[in-house]
Amino acid sequence: MGLELNTEEKAMLNGDYGIATKKAMEIITTLGTIYGAERLIPISSVQIAGVSYHNLGEAGLEYLDEMAEDGTTQVLTTLNPAGMDLEEWKKHGISEDFAENQQRVVDAFSKMGVVTTCTCTPYLIGNLPHYGEHIAWAESSAVCFANSVIGARTNREGGPSALAAALTGRTAEYGLHLEKNRNAQITYEIEANIEETDDFGLLGQVIGERTGNKIPYITGIEHASTEELKSFGASVATFGGVAIYHMEGITPNRTTIPEETEIVTKDELESARVKLDDEDADIDFISIGCPHASIKEIARVAEILKGKKIAAGKTVWITTARPTKDLARKMGYYDIIENAGAYLVSDACCAVAPLKGRFTGLMTDSAKACFYARGKNDFRTKIRTVEECLEEAIK
Amino acid sequence: MKGRTIFKGKARGEVLMTSEDISFYGGCDPETGVIVEKGHELEGKSVSGKVLAFPTGKGSTVGSYVLYALSKAGKAPLAIINESTDPVVAVGCIISEIPAVDKVDIKKLKTGQKVEVDAAEGVISIVS
Repeated sequence: MGLELNTEEKAMLNGDYGIATKKAMEIITTLGTIYGAERLIPISSVQIAGVSYHNLGEAGLEYLDEMAEDGTTQVLTTLNPAGMDLEEWKKHGISEDFAENQQRVVDAFSKMGVVTTCTCTPYLIGNLPHYGEHIAWAESSAVCFANSVIGARTNREGGPSALAAALTGRTAEYGLHLEKNRNAQITYEIEANIEETDDFGLLGQVIGERTGNKIPYITGIEHASTEELKSFGASVATFGGVAIYHMEGITPNRTTIPEETEIVTKDELESARVKLDDEDADIDFISIGCPHASIKEIARVAEILKGKKIAAGKTVWITTARPTKDLARKMGYYDIIENAGAYLVSDACCAVAPLKGRFTGLMTDSAKACFYARGKNDFRTKIRTVEECLEEAIK
Repeated sequence: MKGRTIFKGKARGEVLMTSEDISFYGGCDPETGVIVEKGHELEGKSVSGKVLAFPTGKGSTVGSYVLYALSKAGKAPLAIINESTDPVVAVGCIISEIPAVDKVDIKKLKTGQKVEVDAAEGVISIVS
C-alpha cells in the first residue's frame, strides 16, 4: 500500500499553496515513501536545526531565502543554536562578517514565522509538547528528550525536513510516530553510582556506543534531575544515534521489558571518561551548557563563581537560551558570572560557534561537547563535574 | 533497469560508480564536487556532471545542503542512482532538483558507461 494524501495535502503538493509549501510537501511525501508510510499526520510543534552560518554556508542560506519567499510556518516552530550570541557577539570575539551572515540566517527564519529562540532545549523555554503529541523535531538531543522524557513522538528530523514539517503542519507517519516502534529492545542494568551531569553524559556514551539501533531499557538509576536527563539524552544520541530510551521509574512511556540484558559497570564509565580525557590537554576554554543550561544550572554556576575571578589565559562560556539569560539577569546571576570574568552566552554553543583555532583545550561537563570539540574544532578535551570545571577556571 | 522515483527529471551522461557510501557533508567539496573523504574509493574524483551511482548516503543531515551548494555552483551530479536512498541524499536531491532513482542493482553499472535516466519513470537505459 502506498502513501495516500488527502485533498488538502494533494493541493499542497500541486503548488496551490505556493512554491515553498510544494517543495516542503515533496520532501515529506518522498521521505514517507522511502519509509513506507501510509499517510501523513498533523504535527503541533517543530524544532529546526541547521542554524549556524558556520554549518549552513552561503548555499544553505540561499535555500532558506528561497523558502522564505512565500513559506509560512503552520505550527509553533523554534530554532536551534546559532553560531553566536545575537546581541553580545562582539565581546565574545566573533567577527563582523560572521555576525552579518548569521543575522541573515536568523532573518530568513524569522520571515517564515519561526520563533528565533536559538536553543537546543526548546522544552525549557516554552516549546513543550505533552505526552503522546506528534511533533517534528531536529536536534538529536532534543529529539531524545522529547521522545523519552516527555513521551511526545518524533523521528530524528534533519534541518530541511523539519522546516518542511513547519511549512505544511504535517509529517509522514512512520518510525517513532508508531507505538510499535517505540518498544524497548535491550535492558541495561547500571551497577555504577551515577550522580552528576558528567556521569550521565558518560553513561550515555557507554550505552550509545553499545546499543546500535536497539532501543535501551535502563534500570538501576534511582534518581535523575531534568538537567541530568538532558545530558544523558544528548550523549546517547551523539554516540549512538539513539532517539528514544526508557529509564525504569523515571520515563513515562509504555514498554515491555526486554529479556536480553547487559550490565554497565563502574569500570566502563571510567574507561569512557579516559577516552574523553586527553592527557596532554592544556585547558584554555571551559564551557558549561551543552545542552543549553537551565536556570537551575546557571544559579549553581553563579553560586560557585560569586566573588571569584577567572584566571588569566582562560575563557569561560556558560551557554543558554535567551529567555533563560534574561531571567538570569533579573536574578543577578548574569552580573555575578560576568563580574567573575566568565561569559553568559545565549543563542549559541561551543559546538556550533566558529571557534576553531581560538582555543586548544576544552574542559566541560558534557560528553557531547567533547565529541564535537574534537571532531570539528580539533580541541583536546577533559570531562569533569560542573564544580571541577569552574575550579579549573579560577585556579 | 527499473527502480523507484526519488526525484523526477531526465539526464544523459557518463556513470561514476562506487561501492562505498558517500557522506556529502565533510566528504565532498561543496564548491568543486570533488570527493575529499580520506581513503574513499572516489577520493580526488569529481561527482560534477556525472550520473553518480553509490549504495547509500551516510553522515550529517547538513549533507543535503552540500548537494544544494553543488547545484547552485553548477557542479552537481547529473543524476543520482542508489541501492537505497537515505533521507539526507533524498532531501538534497529534492531541494536541488537532481533526478534520482533507487532500488537499483548498481553493480550492473560501470564507471564510464553512457546512460539515460528518466527518474519520473524510474528507468535507467544503458546507451553505450
